[in-house]
Amino acid sequence: MNLLNLFGRRGESATVAKNRLKILLAHERTNDGADAALISSLREDILEVVKRRVDIDVDSVRLEMDRTGDVMTLGIDIELPQEKKAS
Amino acid sequence: MSNATVLVVTSGKGGVGKTTSTAAIATALAKQGYKVCAVDFDVGLRNLDLIMGAERRVVFDLVNVVRGEATIKQALVRDKRLENLYLLPASQTRDKDALTDEGVASVVSELRMYFDWIVCDSPAGIERGATLAMRYADEAIIVSNPEVSSVRDCDRIIGLLDAKTAVAEQGGRMPKHLLITRYDAERAKSGDMLAVDDVVDILSVPLIGVVPESKDVLKASNVGMPVTMSDENSAPARAYTEAVQRLLGEDLPVTIPSEKKGLFGKLFKGRAA
Repeated sequence: MNLLNLFGRRGESATVAKNRLKILLAHERTNDGADAALISSLREDILEVVKRRVDIDVDSVRLEMDRTGDVMTLGIDIELPQEKKAS
Repeated sequence: MSNATVLVVTSGKGGVGKTTSTAAIATALAKQGYKVCAVDFDVGLRNLDLIMGAERRVVFDLVNVVRGEATIKQALVRDKRLENLYLLPASQTRDKDALTDEGVASVVSELRMYFDWIVCDSPAGIERGATLAMRYADEAIIVSNPEVSSVRDCDRIIGLLDAKTAVAEQGGRMPKHLLITRYDAERAKSGDMLAVDDVVDILSVPLIGVVPESKDVLKASNVGMPVTMSDENSAPARAYTEAVQRLLGEDLPVTIPSEKKGLFGKLFKGRAA
């Protein structure tokens, strides 16, 4: 919580709204689906590498993306099978 | 066979509160412990992600899934606050034919395997997006404002629900619930706004709730939290939560929001009585 909240400044949620929109629109105006394409190919590449060593199910791979300000993070979560690993 | 229920939130007219209601209802259902997925059918103009505060985490969308470019599991965005609440976002494509009947049928039937409730946010209008959003629904929530054009458009939507849905084509009748939003007690009392009874009378659909016009709704949208999550005790949150209890079969009388009174108003009323 920031200090301004304590004093119940008017329009605090509007400021949040403005910032959220700025980030989102800046991204959408320039991006136009490029993210999805990039992530899709990254996923394919990473899967291929992992598959060389471990027997994994395509469905056990989760992708998570988060954009905060200028930084975009991509998380790839791969559920590995319990027992055997391919050598 | 799954026990999932597919619920469509629809209205015909734009701006009446479909997306807000979808987010609030999906959240309220998730809070009751159900596994819930909210699906945005507004292809080209997605907004449910923004209202649910997930806009920064959208990777794939409904159209990617329909086209086979991603699996449903990859496209689902899990809510950061409620672990049993998910979003399937709409895409931003301008291609009007991006959604196909078969594609939607297969997405909905797969979602039925994973979720208890699938809440479909319909786009405005009566075109493809709107008809596909309702196509495989089991139940419908019709959102209306107490205002003439909104009520008229709801009547058209009711006609579509009874003709163009899979349930209707199999000779069944789609259960419908009327949700009145942006209700202003003061203006209804002074006769400037249609009363709840008038709307129910005209549409002859059972009432599931009345959500008052409230600044809390805008505040909730601003911060990307469904109103049933941001402030559970606010008047609109209570109205949505009660509507969901009725949806789940509870016998709970609908409360019509009364005029807002300040402390002085209350004191004065108390003395006069």
